[in-house]
Amino acid sequence: MQEQHTTTEVHATAARTASKIPAVLALVFGVFVVLGAGFAHSSTIHNAAHDARHAFAFPCH
Amino acid sequence: MMIRIVMSALLAGALAGVVVFAGHMWKTTPLIVHAEVYEGGGEAAAASQGEAAAGHSHGEAKEWGAADGFERNAFTLLSDVITAIGFAFVLIGAMALSGRETGWRRGIIWGLCGYAAFYLSPAFGLSPELPGMAAADLTARQAWWLGTAAATGLALALIFFAEGVLWKVAAAVLLVVPHVIGAPHPEIEPGGVPAELAAQFAVATLVVTGLFWMALGGLSGYFFERFEETA
Repeated sequence: MQEQHTTTEVHATAARTASKIPAVLALVFGVFVVLGAGFAHSSTIHNAAHDARHAFAFPCH
Repeated sequence: MMIRIVMSALLAGALAGVVVFAGHMWKTTPLIVHAEVYEGGGEAAAASQGEAAAGHSHGEAKEWGAADGFERNAFTLLSDVITAIGFAFVLIGAMALSGRETGWRRGIIWGLCGYAAFYLSPAFGLSPELPGMAAADLTARQAWWLGTAAATGLALALIFFAEGVLWKVAAAVLLVVPHVIGAPHPEIEPGGVPAELAAQFAVATLVVTGLFWMALGGLSGYFFERFEETA
């Protein structure tokens, strides 16, 4: 009985953890997109995103 | 869950990106263009002539830069939408991670937290910059900015979601530490950009970015709740 209870708990924890994976992936992806648009040192990206970078108060130049 | 997050983030990001673009075109871009006249100090007059022809490229003639006017603004729209979609993924990822109820009202609170982490706290150390303003090394400023945003975001998560006094104390420490360390600053010397322009720009970004985060948060909460049944 005790064992079954523990097994159910482990499954529940695993399911909860699995359901968090898309959320974590989304967070990490979002950070990379913002870093690319707002912080990448490539001069082409810098020049294209110049006014947006200044207006979002990202460090620029 | 993945589809729900992606759909919500793309829609909320695209719409809030267009909203913030309107704010940028109205308030901040005119100030940036004006400040570029003073960029590079004494050589400004000649340089601004050249830049007008060759696009905004900071003097290196061979680099690509958008031509002033329509092309430049089109790239600002593109950058605004991409940045907003990036922030939307961060915000909705955090919403999904929290497992709490959403909806547009709660979404606005989430957006205000994003505003605190990605604008207010970094700007408290590094004022919004106009072209031509004196500034410390770029990489050092970017590192401080990103560290401050991350510390503030984590602190807000602890304040709202962690149980126990110790976590709240840790949150307070995380909020304060970046400012105790201090942002990298150059020696202040008389610069070329008039203080009036810099002050107008700082307040314009303060308000426009605040509106952006409330729009992004409200839209994110709305779509994330709306797509609950479908995905």
